[in-house]
Amino acid sequence: MITYFEFLKSMLLSVFKGSKIYFKWIGILLFITFAGLVSYIQQLDQGLVVTNLTDEVSWGAYIANFTFLVGVAAAAVLLVIPAYVYKNKAVKEVVLIGEILAFCAIVMCLLFIMVDMGRPDRFWHVIPFLGRLNFPQSILAWDVIVLNGYLVLNMHIPGYLLYKYYMGQKPTTKYYLPFVFISIFWAVSIHTVTAFLYSGLGGRGFWNSAILAPRFLVSAFAAGPLLLMVVFFAINKWYPNFRVKEEVFTLLKKIATFAFPLNLFLLFCEVFKEFYTDSVHVASAEYLFFGLHGNHMLVPYMWMAVFCSVGTAVVFLVPKFRDNKKILIPTCFVGFIGIWIEKGMGLIIPGFIPSPLGSIVEYTPSVNEIFVCLGIWSFGALLFTVMAKTALGILSGKIRHTN
Amino acid sequence: MSKKLDNKLQNLMENSLGKKVKRRGFLKTLVTDSAATVVPVKTASAFSFEKFFQKHYKELSAEQKKKVFARITKEQKDKFGVDIKILDPNPLDGVKYAYALNLSTCNGSRKCVTACAEENNIPAEIGSYIKVLEMPIGTMNPEKGTLFYEGKQVPKDGKYYLPVQCNHCDNSPCTKVCPVEATWKEKDGIVVVDYDWCIGCRYCQAACPYEARHFNFKEPTIDVSKLNTQQSYLSNRVRPKGVMEKCTFCLQRSRNGQYPACLEACPTGARKFGNILDPKSEINQIFKKKRVFVLKEELNTMPQFFYYFD
Repeated sequence: MITYFEFLKSMLLSVFKGSKIYFKWIGILLFITFAGLVSYIQQLDQGLVVTNLTDEVSWGAYIANFTFLVGVAAAAVLLVIPAYVYKNKAVKEVVLIGEILAFCAIVMCLLFIMVDMGRPDRFWHVIPFLGRLNFPQSILAWDVIVLNGYLVLNMHIPGYLLYKYYMGQKPTTKYYLPFVFISIFWAVSIHTVTAFLYSGLGGRGFWNSAILAPRFLVSAFAAGPLLLMVVFFAINKWYPNFRVKEEVFTLLKKIATFAFPLNLFLLFCEVFKEFYTDSVHVASAEYLFFGLHGNHMLVPYMWMAVFCSVGTAVVFLVPKFRDNKKILIPTCFVGFIGIWIEKGMGLIIPGFIPSPLGSIVEYTPSVNEIFVCLGIWSFGALLFTVMAKTALGILSGKIRHTN
Repeated sequence: MSKKLDNKLQNLMENSLGKKVKRRGFLKTLVTDSAATVVPVKTASAFSFEKFFQKHYKELSAEQKKKVFARITKEQKDKFGVDIKILDPNPLDGVKYAYALNLSTCNGSRKCVTACAEENNIPAEIGSYIKVLEMPIGTMNPEKGTLFYEGKQVPKDGKYYLPVQCNHCDNSPCTKVCPVEATWKEKDGIVVVDYDWCIGCRYCQAACPYEARHFNFKEPTIDVSKLNTQQSYLSNRVRPKGVMEKCTFCLQRSRNGQYPACLEACPTGARKFGNILDPKSEINQIFKKKRVFVLKEELNTMPQFFYYFD
């Protein structure tokens, strides 16, 4: 027990040690997080009226970011499978970073849900037995369970392993490996359940599609490697005691090479179904891609997302491009933003436009909403930075238990 | 400045109400500028342990209900200076409510819309639980209609009018998706919301194909001069901020043997309401004799709100 506290203490201490760049980065993130917090307090005081949400478009930027981040969390499985199932050594060295990323993404998801709630003070109503969780009827109840379960899994696995490394002991397989395998299925489940949130609604033709869950998974496997690559590039650049091997990048590039064209294909399938059928349900897709009755707020964003994805797919398909870091790193950002638009606002907003009774009410996040979103993103980045830094300290042997 | 104004208004309200005028009469006598009497409700009272841990409506004992109702009564007294009564009429045995609307006679006057708002203490920002669509002749698809028609002269040539409100579906997607069972279907068929249990996730709003659910994005703006003091816990009491609200077939009236406010306000008699289980009821007869239909039947929500032409 005492050694465990020492473990926590030395991890905490390592957060306060670092280079100038590290503190600058932390400072910026703290500042934005604080700005987000101030905006959220404003929202707590006045209600969701500070957002631009309406009865017609009742979910917006918060839920869009939530949906996207569930994908980021699920993408950790891309490292977990090669590390534990295929026992790839290079990947195993960095798998903990992936799991920590998943943990941070889930924390961000939960924060986005929390800020979206009209009554955050009643959060305890969703706690099973204490509140009245509508399980198994409500898919949102399933989401509460799978997201929190995934959070716990991704807290336990890296937590346990890091503790053992810190102590200089060999981890006992049975204390973590079963959970690793559970987490693989669990990763798929979080994104499937999140897709079912939308696809289970008969009244929203745009979402009521059987390929929504596969699309979510594929887009997660497209955006995930890009984020992981950026993180690993950053580690190699700014963390001198640890080196992510080239093999890991090769693997992630390979995954993105498959996932991006596949994601575009699935998007194309949806587009075909909507426009060729040309039923009344095409209205939402029409709004998204071409605008509806003179309303086309989302059109430029959606086309930007399509071009980002196509461009990224091309870069990954051509070896000359994908092996050139100067092209690859910007592409990672471009592809990431492309998926973020497509599966965030590009999916949530058209579901509400036109409304079931045919009204067209457009939506764009308010300044307050944008600040809350930025705050959560930077809090997530902050959490990830300090957690990853500590983990790297332990993995590289810099933080060790001294007897 | 605003505090002074608030006090002034409060005095005004208390003085007026001291005379114990009847609500409807009161409305007519008070011919002050309505904008001046609209009091933005102050932020709810400070944190209370009891309120925070208040149980779900279905889990409240009779004793606990009494306490909760007393708290709500006191809260409204503090906020508006008005004495209200919180009722809790129970569903009646052997009763299942249904609604029917004759589209041949509805003239789009929207009298139901305003009557609904007044009866149910609906804040201005929500408007009403009823939307009336002006439909071009030749389609039954509500998506083709428009909510924004103007001019006093109704009905207009080439149009018919389609009022839409909560369909109180037997297979209701809204109650199915609620993560905390804050909304459910009562045994008399009415879909209700426990405003003190709703967490404000708005999933029900996304699920409803009839736009029947309305969210309180802020502390509701209540026109105190128009406040209906006969309130029921599950229906027309003043809602807190951040929760969902909807049509309840005016259960504070219907469960006491009255018609919903929208029906009473209808100038053409297009609205019919009653116990569908009673073979002698008008609604039952309409269901049997007219060729009724429902909106978005393909979604299998099984609405209990029927339309017909005759």
